[in-house]
Amino acid sequence: MNDMTTFDVEKIRRDFPIFTREVHGKPLAFLDSGASAQKPQVVIDTMEKAYAETYANVHRGVHYLSQVSTELYEGAREIVCAHMNAANVEEIIFTKNATESINLVAQTYGAANLKPGDEIILSTLEHHSNIVPWQLIAERTGAVVKAVPIDEHGEFMLDTYLEMLGPKTKIVAITHISNAIGTITPVRQIIDAAHDAGAVVLIDGSQAAPHMKIDMQALDADFYVFTGHKVFGPTGIGVLYGKAELLDAMPPFLGGGDMIERVTFAKTTYAKGHAKFEAGTPPIVQAIGLGAAINYVNEIGFEKISAHEQTLLAYATEQLGQINSLRIIGQAKHKAAIISFTLDGIHPHDIGTIVDRGGVAIRVGHHCAQPLMDHFDVAATARASFALYNNRADVDALVSAVKSVQEIFG
Amino acid sequence: MFDDLRELYQEVILDHSKNPRNFRHPEDANHEAHGYNPLCGDTVNVYLKMGHNGLIEDAAFEGKGCAISLASASMMTEIIKGKTEAEAKKIFEGFQQLVKGEENDFDAGEDTERLMVLAGVKEFPMRVKCATLAWHAMTSAMDDKPDVSTE
Ligand SMILES: Cc1ncc(COP(=O)(O)O)c(C=O)c1O
Repeated sequence: MNDMTTFDVEKIRRDFPIFTREVHGKPLAFLDSGASAQKPQVVIDTMEKAYAETYANVHRGVHYLSQVSTELYEGAREIVCAHMNAANVEEIIFTKNATESINLVAQTYGAANLKPGDEIILSTLEHHSNIVPWQLIAERTGAVVKAVPIDEHGEFMLDTYLEMLGPKTKIVAITHISNAIGTITPVRQIIDAAHDAGAVVLIDGSQAAPHMKIDMQALDADFYVFTGHKVFGPTGIGVLYGKAELLDAMPPFLGGGDMIERVTFAKTTYAKGHAKFEAGTPPIVQAIGLGAAINYVNEIGFEKISAHEQTLLAYATEQLGQINSLRIIGQAKHKAAIISFTLDGIHPHDIGTIVDRGGVAIRVGHHCAQPLMDHFDVAATARASFALYNNRADVDALVSAVKSVQEIFG
Repeated sequence: MFDDLRELYQEVILDHSKNPRNFRHPEDANHEAHGYNPLCGDTVNVYLKMGHNGLIEDAAFEGKGCAISLASASMMTEIIKGKTEAEAKKIFEGFQQLVKGEENDFDAGEDTERLMVLAGVKEFPMRVKCATLAWHAMTSAMDDKPDVSTE
């Protein structure tokens, strides 16, 4: 499909039907992929085909369609497994989204292992979905939640983290990339140090998966989560990677069909591996769609995607930086293509409304990261987040739309 | 630039948002409420001094928010001062319909024209909550419900 000796962004844009439309009579400059990404035609077609030609429930029938459907669903798991370089497909659990993946770990591993006074270490960079599940389980178990601070550039403070680790640390849950300001955290060092302290680590890879190759065996994370809709797949599908020995020792999450071995009213025994955590009919077609999305990005290649996005990030940072009274929030050394900014005296909501009329879609608000907003002493920011299909014209549209905001506000 | 944006961000609105009127916390306020929009984190505190006869003797506010919410709060405090509780609530009802685009013959008596500058909000459904946050807080304050959230 994409013979990618060079990266041709215009060719990639043609893979995404959304870019044929206009918004408010303007070409769409879609800079909100951090919230959810657009879908390539191949994902839409694959899902349509799964519904139209091969649909049936999985794992339950001996009939032909059930078998095909099961093969496609399990095939998607193998695609995800290979993509993440996990050791074993039993380590790949399909969930509804990243939020459910994190809640699953908190409610099973956390519930089984946390005692009063134990510590769960998060960071100021976290999305609410990597904060609240831990607060809930801390409340139930008497564990304590602590947050690693960030510095004025939005950089994860590794030294402070190392000092915070100790015998009480049981779980470390840190984002790979900040959704609000783009900081890439030093996950490898975070994981190694946690392991030295005897803690297990969950990495929230929701923002990493669309931008970089993720490698479970190289990272050595105990749990790694991401969400399908941000990697150009459908909504309703998320991934939880967990090391086999941890998953085996964990109690089940939801109870129901598919997650059992044998049910009697006296005693029920549970399925092994990923099946234990996939109760009920799973998101079959969504998983198949996710598989297609992952194949799509891998055909292009993350080296090229990342190089392209970094070029755009540098261009956008430079262009926005020239606008008077624009402040970029978060200037970490290693950043994904996400730029948060504020304009003096103009509320981000007003920015969002005005640039929207220029066909520019950005996110404005607290980005589900209120502790991070508090750190920078802002209630909200405007955020432009880039993906493989964005081009320089999108940056130019953003810059000119931001200038028109200033014009309106005089 | 687009007409509906010019309509939304009129001079009057920008002026109120940059220099909000009655932006203070009166010591003799006897009713107050806190309004919060969890979607954007905007907050507003509305303070009222109500007389025995249901007359709003003073109205003021403090808070953080976008131009629309600040301007709407600022204009509200000017308009409801000197009105009765019942009158203020009635104006809010009509105003709410106006910004939602449900009311074409908006009539708030002498205040009709002043509130009409916020009519542009109806073209921006996502912003209706911004325009009504302070008003919700105002009615909560009158009813002695200290907190209101727009979600
Ligand atoms: C860093 C991060 N973690 C978690 C999530 C939650 O993803 P979802 O809402 O798909 O569960 C998001 C996105 O909203 C995110 O950006």
